[in-house]
Amino acid sequence: MSGGREPAIIVSGVCKSFGQTPVLDRIDLTVTNGTVFALLGPNGAGKTTIVRILSTLITADAGDARVAGHDVLSDPDGVRAAIGVTGQFSAVDELLTGEENLRLMADLHHLGRVAGPARVAELLGRFDLVDAARRPVSAYSGGMRRRLDLAMTLVGSPQVIFLDEPTTGLDPRSRRTMWDSIRELVADGVTIFLTTQYLDEADHLADRIAVLDHGRIVAEGSAEELKRRIPGGHVRLQFGSPQALEAAAILLDAHSRDDDRLVIEVPGDGGVASLRRLLDQLDDADVEVEQLSIHTPDLDDVFFAVTGHPTAEEAVL
Amino acid sequence: MSTLAYTVSDSRTLLRRNLRRLRRYPSMTLLLIGMPIVFLLLFVYVFGGQLSHGLSSALAGGHAGRGGYLNYVTPGILLMTIAATVQGTAIVVAMDMTSGIIDRFRMMAIARAAVLTGHVLASLIQTLASIAIVLGVAIALGFRPTANPLDWLAAIGLLALFAFALIWLATALGLAAKSVETASNTPMILTLLPFLGSALVPTSTMPDGLRQFATYQPFTPVTETLRGLLTGTHIGSHAIIAIAWSVGIAAASYLWATRLYKRRQPR
Repeated sequence: MSGGREPAIIVSGVCKSFGQTPVLDRIDLTVTNGTVFALLGPNGAGKTTIVRILSTLITADAGDARVAGHDVLSDPDGVRAAIGVTGQFSAVDELLTGEENLRLMADLHHLGRVAGPARVAELLGRFDLVDAARRPVSAYSGGMRRRLDLAMTLVGSPQVIFLDEPTTGLDPRSRRTMWDSIRELVADGVTIFLTTQYLDEADHLADRIAVLDHGRIVAEGSAEELKRRIPGGHVRLQFGSPQALEAAAILLDAHSRDDDRLVIEVPGDGGVASLRRLLDQLDDADVEVEQLSIHTPDLDDVFFAVTGHPTAEEAVL
Repeated sequence: MSTLAYTVSDSRTLLRRNLRRLRRYPSMTLLLIGMPIVFLLLFVYVFGGQLSHGLSSALAGGHAGRGGYLNYVTPGILLMTIAATVQGTAIVVAMDMTSGIIDRFRMMAIARAAVLTGHVLASLIQTLASIAIVLGVAIALGFRPTANPLDWLAAIGLLALFAFALIWLATALGLAAKSVETASNTPMILTLLPFLGSALVPTSTMPDGLRQFATYQPFTPVTETLRGLLTGTHIGSHAIIAIAWSVGIAAASYLWATRLYKRRQPR
């Protein structure tokens, strides 16, 4: 059983290397029951490797991991019975219809002749797949496929759900739909372990966020706590001449200045009022701005703030 | 339910899935059956007239000519059907292993043996159906087996056992392949083996070296046993050697396949 109040996921000192390449370096994590935990990081940070270790697909080189009260090494079947996994590559059978895919899951979960079809019908309705139920999956759009994938994960009513980059490659509308589905799951009381490269996704969905970089957890906290560590947004101003740049730099409280490109950056959230104030100030001083752009904090900023280097791989090697 | 009941139930579920997939993708099965049928027509109508003159001593019941050669060659063609169909097994297994759904199966608490068992049973049904079709074509062309019901039963049993062995072998080859393309090529050697045995001509007509290989390779005793059961030629010790080969190949391939499946790292 799930061991009463034991956290849904406990990871301590997990290491994993592929050949000579270390992928995970002494990972420690705890995920409380009934919460959404987001693992945020760029491609190649080791997010999928953690999911694969926790879902018993591969084994760690060192360290301990328990999921839903079961040790992943000594009781993998106990873990498997309690979890559901939706990966970034769709795990659906292309040649079967949506309904047949769900039915396959129902049969493998031994739901029986009555409960099985009932669960399938419920999930088809919930994920808006009723019309497409009898079409082969090969004819599905990316968003429908992802929804079917998640529906298949839910057939067995898992206590802990792993979502490995559930919205990567989806269009904005499908992404919203997926977020709504994830929120509904949380309302049902399951624990969700989410990986993502998008800060806004983690921000929208997660109770706690851990930032993973090159196999190490470099920051952990709530979205609010993390955002406090990120420099806020800024407004980027480009000028036509060094004189204009100099004048603006005296006038404004710039936090960075690039004389070669005639650019300064001013802290600001890009709100209309603050923007108007900024332009009025420049206007009053007769300083002409050539170009203006607004930057809101994104994953790159979080990364820069907590690791001191940008997300790009080569920047670190 | 007990562990055994779960294994049976999960295997049946995955068998149903695989049969459904085969029905959705019939072009592959048809393509695979096409090869032995083409060889049957080729050997009976193109080479059969000439070959039967040289083989008159080996042809059963003294039936010389094209009809006699049809009787001689059909058992070998049935084994070629098995060799051709298991190519499909390797392809289907490799396709499954490179798709995302296999990771889903691995992360579910389903009976360990069920995924491979589901593939093997589906392939066995596919192979036996293919054999029935090719046999039907041979009978339509004039193949006249002399087997009594007991011989038929033994022949079907032998075909099923040998098919079972080669299906496990093809499953292992499909698991060992790095890509679907490799998986479709490696079992091709199996379709060559009937040519290098007694399927088309007696091994005694072959030169030294090849003759020894042809005499002792697994297809020859199976061909001779099947030919004896269907057309009444002498079987002798071929039967026991055929069974020994089949059981041996099945057991070794089963161990190899399950090992590969367990060891195989996901994508």
